[in-house]
Amino acid sequence: MTARRIIPCLDVKDGRVVKGVRFEGHVDMGDAAELAARYRDQGADELVFYDITASPEGRTLDYGWVQAIARLLDIPFCVAGGIRTVEQAARCLDHGADKVSINSPALERPELIGEMAARLGRQCVVVGVDSAFQDGEWRVHQYTGDPNARRGAGRLTMDWIVEAQGLGAGEIVLNCIDQDGVRKGYDVAQLAEARRRLTIPLVASGGAGAVEHFRDVFVEADVSGALAASVFHSGAIAIPDLKRYLDQAGVEVRI
Amino acid sequence: MNVTLIGYGAGNVASVRFALERLGARVRITDDPTDVAEAERVILPGVGAAGYAMQRLKALGLVEALRAFPRPLLGVCLGQQLLFETSAEDGETELLNLIPGRVEAIEPAPSRPSPHMGWSRLTIRRDDPLLEGVKDGDWAYFVHGFVCPDGPATLAAADYGVPVPAVVNSANRWGCQFHPERSAAAGARILKNFLELPA
Repeated sequence: MTARRIIPCLDVKDGRVVKGVRFEGHVDMGDAAELAARYRDQGADELVFYDITASPEGRTLDYGWVQAIARLLDIPFCVAGGIRTVEQAARCLDHGADKVSINSPALERPELIGEMAARLGRQCVVVGVDSAFQDGEWRVHQYTGDPNARRGAGRLTMDWIVEAQGLGAGEIVLNCIDQDGVRKGYDVAQLAEARRRLTIPLVASGGAGAVEHFRDVFVEADVSGALAASVFHSGAIAIPDLKRYLDQAGVEVRI
Repeated sequence: MNVTLIGYGAGNVASVRFALERLGARVRITDDPTDVAEAERVILPGVGAAGYAMQRLKALGLVEALRAFPRPLLGVCLGQQLLFETSAEDGETELLNLIPGRVEAIEPAPSRPSPHMGWSRLTIRRDDPLLEGVKDGDWAYFVHGFVCPDGPATLAAADYGVPVPAVVNSANRWGCQFHPERSAAAGARILKNFLELPA
C-alpha cells in the first residue's frame, strides 16, 4: 500500500512563505526555496506551493519559482494559485511541477477539471476545496486567500467533491477552514464523511497543532495525506519526530 | 554521460531533466526520430493519458524510431506502460508493443483509492544492473491509475492490493512505473544506474 503522506504547505506571497490565522494577518516565514530544501531534507513526502494572492487578483502564478523549486527537489510537489486554463496548467508541469491544484477557477467553470484531466491525465489534477460549517451543512467557500474577496460558493461540500471526482479530479484536498490555523485538530468527522464518498485520494488540511492530530486523521478518517503549514514553519512539530511518533502508533509512514 | 529525453508534449520532461542534471548528465531533449536513432541512450517520460501520448508519438514519427532503438531505453511512469502491447485506457489503445501484455485500470476499493498516489515500498524480484544498490523495502513515489501486467519482465514490484510492476525489463528496454526523479535516494540511484548501463 502507500505510506501516509506528510505534506507541508507553503503559502507563497511575492516569493516569500507566509502564514496567518484563518487566512488573515500574514506573517513572513522565510524564502520559499530555502524552506522547500529544509522540508525535503527532513523527510517531507510532498510539498504544496500555494500562491495565495494569484486567484483573487485574477493573475496566474510565476513559472520562474516553479522551475527553481523543480530543480531543487527530489520529492513531488504541487502548485496552486490562479490556474484558469489547461494551457497554464500544462506550463506548470512543463516547468517541473508534478501536480496542479485548482480551487476557485474550478468553481467558476467546473469543465476546467475535465479539460485538464483529458489533456494532462487525472493524476495531476488536484481540486482544492475550502469548506466551512454553516447553517447545518458543510459549505464551499472561495477566494479565501483574500479576506475582502472571500465568499460562499453556493455549493455543499459533499456534493462538490463528488462532482469534481466525476469530472476528472485525481485527488481532493479538503481544507476545513473552521479549523485552519487554530491548531485544534483536523475536522475528522467532515474528512471521514468525504472519504466515504470518494474513490480518489483525499488529503486533509486545516487544524494540525499536535502529533496526535495527524494520528487521529489517518486512523479515523483514513485520508491518504495530511497537509499542514504553521506547525512545521514555526518548528512546533519537526517532521522526523512526527514520523517516528506515527510509526510507533502503527501508522505506516516513509522513514 | 549523455542521455536523450523524448519531449513529445506529454508531461514530466522538465522534472526528469533536472534529476538527470543533478546527476551530472548532459541531457538533450528532442522530438525528432533522427536524434533518437543516433542517441546513446533514451528516456521516454510521460504523464497523462495513453491515447494522447501514442497519438503524439505517431504524429512525430517516433513509434518506429523507439521500436528500432538498439541501446538502453527507459520508459518512466506512462513511458513504462507505453512499452507494453495494449492499454485499456481511452477505449483500447495500441502501445509500442515491446513487452507482451495489456495495461489495465486499477479498480478502487475501500482503503485503496485510485489513482495509486504516494510512496510505496519496492520488493526486488530479480537482480539487474538497473537496481544496483536498491534494496527490498526502499520507497518510491507512484502516481498512476493504470497498471502494467505482472509477468517475467517484472524486476521489482510494489503492493497496492494488486501487484504493481514497478521496474520492468525486456532486452535493452527498461521501465519504471514510479517517478525516479521524485523518489529521493532510491530514484536517483536508478537513474544513475541507467546512465551507467553499457550503451
